[in-house]
Amino acid sequence: MPRRTHVAATVNGEEVEFLCEPRQSLLEVLRENLRLTGAKEGCNNGNCGACTVMMNSVPVNSCIVLAVEADGAEIETVEAIARQGHMHPIQQCFLEGAALQCGVCTPGFLVAAKALLEKNPNPGEHEIRFNLAGNLCRCTGYDKIVRAVQDAAEIMQSAQPAAVK
Amino acid sequence: MIPFDYAAPATVEEAVALLAEKNGQAKILAGGTDILVQLREGLRRAELVVDVKKIPELTDLNYSPETGLVLGAAVPCYRIYENAAVAAAYPALADATRIVGGWQIQSRASVGGNLCNASPAGDTIPPLIVYDVVCRIAGPKGLREVSAAEFCAAPGRNVLEPGELLISLAFPPVAPHSGSAYQRFIPRNEMDIAVAGAASWVQLDPAGKTIEKARIALAAVSPKPVYAEEASVWLAGKPANEESFAHAGELAKKVAVPIDDMRGTREYRVHLASVLTRRTLADAVKRAT
Repeated sequence: MPRRTHVAATVNGEEVEFLCEPRQSLLEVLRENLRLTGAKEGCNNGNCGACTVMMNSVPVNSCIVLAVEADGAEIETVEAIARQGHMHPIQQCFLEGAALQCGVCTPGFLVAAKALLEKNPNPGEHEIRFNLAGNLCRCTGYDKIVRAVQDAAEIMQSAQPAAVK
Repeated sequence: MIPFDYAAPATVEEAVALLAEKNGQAKILAGGTDILVQLREGLRRAELVVDVKKIPELTDLNYSPETGLVLGAAVPCYRIYENAAVAAAYPALADATRIVGGWQIQSRASVGGNLCNASPAGDTIPPLIVYDVVCRIAGPKGLREVSAAEFCAAPGRNVLEPGELLISLAFPPVAPHSGSAYQRFIPRNEMDIAVAGAASWVQLDPAGKTIEKARIALAAVSPKPVYAEEASVWLAGKPANEESFAHAGELAKKVAVPIDDMRGTREYRVHLASVLTRRTLADAVKRAT
């Protein structure tokens, strides 16, 4: 039996430590050890993006990251997107634009869409579809998701910079 | 996933020692986008997973116009296409790294890993072949070099011996008046495995009218990505026009020996090899001028 490994990481701005087996995915540890159940297990093989989290400022599928690889890393999950009880514009726009049905893909879309808007505050439709291609949705047909991202981009651009982040 | 041990050595020597000690029972972890799925699905087994991302030689990306690019084997795709100088110097590589999986995959997946995984459809492999990249390998017997065209052995198999590790990929400096492109065909818009793929590299005369040298490589049309030698050699001295591109496409498809599967029939893939060769040659010429 491989020995359990000690891992220290920063998760949503807090320093955390946990013990895990080398075979455990980051997704498993986030959900089961750290009780951060926002990231979802969809395909568990890197196709669907439901488990997307930010790792050292880039989006990754946490189902195909080993938890031991997170040692020393900065992880941000969907739980960190709302601040002080206020939804982020991207969350507000998904909600108001009905950009979700069953909701399993939504946390991954929110994390990836927020990352996209931070990289490019005003993406066109093609760019949104291209950058969110690693997130699959089997309910909405994507149109409402694309529109929600466009709406969020508009709100974020017109908002005070301080109110956005 | 079946349990395994994990090690993250800091040097090539340590990594080689760990790999050699396990004699084939250790697997190398770079971006993990293939190996972790294969381990979980039982397609490969490991007693030990050796994470190579703490080894500087494997995570460094060094580019200078004079000496070319040395790409650490574990450098993720996004660091290539987000590097403006590298993307401009090696556009076929940038093309391929932008379309490997989705954004989340590109955050982790490396070109070295794509090569080692040795899929016939590996998108980044034809660019490595047309740039005539040298693969630097470390092993228990020391260092050796293999050309990218010779690195893959069969579907899912490469030339690495037990205990060996791909360190880096060495790209020659960019030749004057040269350009390159990679394209694949997929029925979806994104996130798919190539039905066929082609990379072309050309060097033109200073007037931009004649092809002096060319290299073409194809993916997903043979057991491993393949250099289309006859078409490449034929292009030398030919005018850089549609007629030449089309004829080169016809010659290139002679090396296509694809399988029939759910992604496409044999005939379709052979046809695509010709079309994609023609299109990537046209793009490569445009980028060279």
